[in-house]
Amino acid sequence: MITYILRRLLVAIPTILILIVLSFMLMFAAPGGPFNSDKPLPAAVLANIEARYGLDQPYVVQIFNYVKNIVLHFDFGPSFKYRDQTVSGLIAQGFPVTLTYGSWAFAVSTVLGVAIGTVAAIRHNTWLDYLAVGSAIGASVLPNFVLSPILVLVFTIWLGWLPAGGWSNGGWEVVVMPVIALATTYVASIARIMRSSMLEVLGSGFIRTARAKGLPMSRIIWRHAMKPAMLPVLSYLGPAFVGMITGSVVIDIYFSTGGIGQYFVNSALNRDYAVIMGVTILVGVLTILFNLLVDILYAWIDPKIRY
Amino acid sequence: MAVTDPTATPLAAPARPDKGRSLWTDARRRFFRNKAAVVALVVLVLIALFAFFGGLVARYDRETVDFTLMGVNARNGGPSLATGHYFGVDDSGRDLYARTVQGTRLSLMIGLVGSLVAVLVGTLYGAISGYIGGRTDGVMMRIVDILLSIPFMFVLILMLVMFGRSLLMLFIGIGLTSWLGMARIARGQTLSIKNKEFVEAAIATGVKRSAIILRHVVPNLLGVVIVYATLLIPDMIIYESFISFLGLGVQEPNTSLGALISQGARQILSGGEAAWQLWFPLGFFVATLFAFYFVGDGLRDALDPKDR
Amino acid sequence: MTLRMLGAASLIALAAAGSLQAATPAAGDTLAPPDQQTFSYNVIDEFVTLDPALIEVVDDNDVARQLFEGLLNQDPLGNVVPAGATSYDVSEDGLTYTFHLRPESKWSNGEPVTAEDYVFAWRRVVDPATASNYAWFMGLGGVANADKIVAGEVAPDQLGVAATDPQTLVVTLERPAPFFPQMTANANLFPVPQKVVEQFGTEWTQPGNMVSNGAYTLSERVPQERITMVRNPNYWDNANTVIETINAYVIKDEQQAVTRWRDGEIDKTAVVPAGQFPTLKEELGDEAVAVPNLCTYYYHVNLREDANPALLDPKVREALNLAIDRDVIINAILAGGQKPAYTLTHWATAGWEVPEVPAAAMTQEERNARAKELMAEAGYGEGGEPLTLEILFNTSESHQQIAIAVSQMWKQTLGIDTTLANQEWQTFLDARKEGAFDIGRAAWCADYNEASTFLDIMTSDSDANDSQYLNPEYDALLETALTAEDPLPSYQQAEQMIARDVPILPVYFYSSNFLLDGTVRGWPMENAQQYWYAKDMYQVAEQ
Repeated sequence: MITYILRRLLVAIPTILILIVLSFMLMFAAPGGPFNSDKPLPAAVLANIEARYGLDQPYVVQIFNYVKNIVLHFDFGPSFKYRDQTVSGLIAQGFPVTLTYGSWAFAVSTVLGVAIGTVAAIRHNTWLDYLAVGSAIGASVLPNFVLSPILVLVFTIWLGWLPAGGWSNGGWEVVVMPVIALATTYVASIARIMRSSMLEVLGSGFIRTARAKGLPMSRIIWRHAMKPAMLPVLSYLGPAFVGMITGSVVIDIYFSTGGIGQYFVNSALNRDYAVIMGVTILVGVLTILFNLLVDILYAWIDPKIRY
Repeated sequence: MAVTDPTATPLAAPARPDKGRSLWTDARRRFFRNKAAVVALVVLVLIALFAFFGGLVARYDRETVDFTLMGVNARNGGPSLATGHYFGVDDSGRDLYARTVQGTRLSLMIGLVGSLVAVLVGTLYGAISGYIGGRTDGVMMRIVDILLSIPFMFVLILMLVMFGRSLLMLFIGIGLTSWLGMARIARGQTLSIKNKEFVEAAIATGVKRSAIILRHVVPNLLGVVIVYATLLIPDMIIYESFISFLGLGVQEPNTSLGALISQGARQILSGGEAAWQLWFPLGFFVATLFAFYFVGDGLRDALDPKDR
Repeated sequence: MTLRMLGAASLIALAAAGSLQAATPAAGDTLAPPDQQTFSYNVIDEFVTLDPALIEVVDDNDVARQLFEGLLNQDPLGNVVPAGATSYDVSEDGLTYTFHLRPESKWSNGEPVTAEDYVFAWRRVVDPATASNYAWFMGLGGVANADKIVAGEVAPDQLGVAATDPQTLVVTLERPAPFFPQMTANANLFPVPQKVVEQFGTEWTQPGNMVSNGAYTLSERVPQERITMVRNPNYWDNANTVIETINAYVIKDEQQAVTRWRDGEIDKTAVVPAGQFPTLKEELGDEAVAVPNLCTYYYHVNLREDANPALLDPKVREALNLAIDRDVIINAILAGGQKPAYTLTHWATAGWEVPEVPAAAMTQEERNARAKELMAEAGYGEGGEPLTLEILFNTSESHQQIAIAVSQMWKQTLGIDTTLANQEWQTFLDARKEGAFDIGRAAWCADYNEASTFLDIMTSDSDANDSQYLNPEYDALLETALTAEDPLPSYQQAEQMIARDVPILPVYFYSSNFLLDGTVRGWPMENAQQYWYAKDMYQVAEQ
């Protein structure tokens, strides 16, 4: 197992490199550029700016320098759009924000989703099953851009309990609404995958044997069924966790959290190459790490799995 | 079915969907016993009828602007049988009924295409990767990791620039991403399935690798695949709005449920009073999702061999 | 005409201390207690930069005007008033400006502001190494060698600016630029502290590092969230400053900003969401504000040779222009004090008088009737050849609503079909530049408050002339206007030429809508560029 993990970590390096090169190729091929605007800049001014950011170099040299600066100095360069900021600075500012509300959302949606899915499976095809799944779906069914304003309407305007937005230092009152908005999008998915896989496990031979032996249901679930039933849920949670901790553009914009979720769309729209690359690499690294973690957990759940 | 079974109690009858007609008859019978699924199926059929034939009773087309109602739709453009605007008009003064019919049709197609691609490509990709394992699995899954991370927006923009906008491009744009999550789930399940006795038995009797994947692995994935495919539908419907935002997808006067909901939401949440502008499209969206979810769960249960 | 007139005088000594701007409470106002003297407002997007040399956008300029002080400020009417300079002289030929600096002016670290600080700052703006987006601005004002320095042909120290003594700044221009004094109120021409910039490099604008000479200093900056500024005890007129703290919040959702305004968290919103102004005005009265905003919304008509041949027929263009019912767009879609546009230059531009053009004088019925005639003559539309046009616009709700309305006006009046094509901003800019459109949405905002900032975009060599309107007569008119004693007639003639040839279809003149708390006093409503200074504002006690 240790060698497997080491091998996977080693493979991560070329994977990230391919990711960097591919992303650069896409960005360079797309129309527009970071300094295009409604009011075209005079040629001399544009030339100075491009020289300042190395955009006058051949594409290959730009990519090489980019990788070199990361390897040698861990320097992800300055933002092209926000000229007082570096990419590392923006991510250092925004990632803790999305990490905070994303982790909470992950915890809430996983606990709720697994619980609802399990209950629904145990009470298969009863009113409790329909109610559990129905309410999970009900919570998820509103698109984020509809749910967020409704939350503000209820918690801020009607009840006056929570501030409408902002982050300050990430106190609980500003975290609540982003967590609700984000968690509800995932809870139905987790619940339904859990329900489906729990049903399969409960129908399997060894559980039937256990039930025949007269073991109490709660014990069967905890001791025997939960672990194997988590397998497909884990496959889902790997990428979902990365999605949650890197935030959501709707939430970041609507609640003015200052998180990095907004950069995935906005820096691409702005053609802020450096910031796009920064968040892309961040997602790439996280995706690779958490998919590795999921694979390790697979082997723990089902020792027969070999890589 | 796809049991992950640490104690490895042998399964008496592994899934064999290739056994023929009787299995499907069984499944159908089980499906129709499930009340929630049947109700959901009826709702889905009604929505589809609305989307494809609702235009026949529309009194207006989806694009003509009634300038006397533009900007004052909250006061004079409400839903009414008398005016023929069954769902009222939108803030540009266009008939919301005709727009909802067309938007629902488009969004249904998008949801179906997205999940179909996910089911076909994602399931096979994941099953192959998981079954073959080793270095092939490593490479195939790293490709998925990369595709999950690249700034996908640029792919869409490049598609727009190179091929222009069309419905086909929209479907391709949707299809390109929808299979990634499915591939990871299918592969995870396959890792566990391939150690099962029935697979080992098939290997021992010399069944070809492709046949094992198609006949023994994929059928055992179906439960989670169906459930996950229905989960993708709302994501795809909302994702379409984003693709259209970039310019690749639906263009006015055509519309989609995603576009109608966001216009309605903006209108209401900004203090507008034309509530119908949100509720009608949102109602169809929500009804569609519930219906797909329960039909999906019903299908899953019906195809689960252990319930027999 | 204020600008040109300013230039005509050979010597202008600015008003004496009496008319100085400061927060002077009006009679009858009760000031709120100091702990409530906070001004909070929101912007839609994160600040790009606080470095005066790099500043390009309005929001950054607004912050810079609080943190720094240039030679001259604008008063609430948009006229220049003394600030960092107490007065200035202009030479007979209009090429040399001598600014006399305020001796008591200090940096926030207590050091005096000297003419050298200006020289350093101005050279820095044009220095290619600084790579400022706005480096061309100095050249626009005609400062000697500015363009050559930007192009890398001459060293930055050759810029036409010199400190003859610590209190005297002499500026040499290459050509007379009567609006030059106006330009000094822009952030790019503010002084910066040489030692600090050299010590911290690009980090100098971070809180803790930044030293500034305005009424406020930077106390906190959280990217994508907010900027906080507090009063600067070393500011020369600190005694007359009332507002203690300024908070600028980044709130990207327009509706959220309204909610937070209602909550009392902010005093001023950046905008009012489209279409909501009438309801808010009814509810809030004077707190819902509409002021002119020097931008014009228009459609480019593609006049390239390979474009849609129908568009090369002036009758078709004229018909399209006439069939747009501007009043519907303004009243039913925008509803925020915008005005219909039949010409390019914004009506509120300084010294501008909108010329008579035929389309403006007609009623919409007359316009529609005339449009139908013209279209029939051209042989398109109802009864003629079918015509399909594409309107290209960048993705946005209100552009979309306008395009929907226009396409239906053309369809219902002229019987021609229109398809709508939205694209994300950068793709859109590219397509418009390449001429991949029939009708392309555009807007132009004034770089400075004078008509030529609008009219210049239609000259043959303008980068913004995406219609590709090539008319030597038009170019010549604007050339003459440059040196004319009174350029107004030439400008008006140019507008009439546009109205005749219809290379663009003007739609409306912008206005700015925002919510401003009733306790805030001193907001410069009459200032066309909305140059506001928190030091001139104050909060009155709640009634």
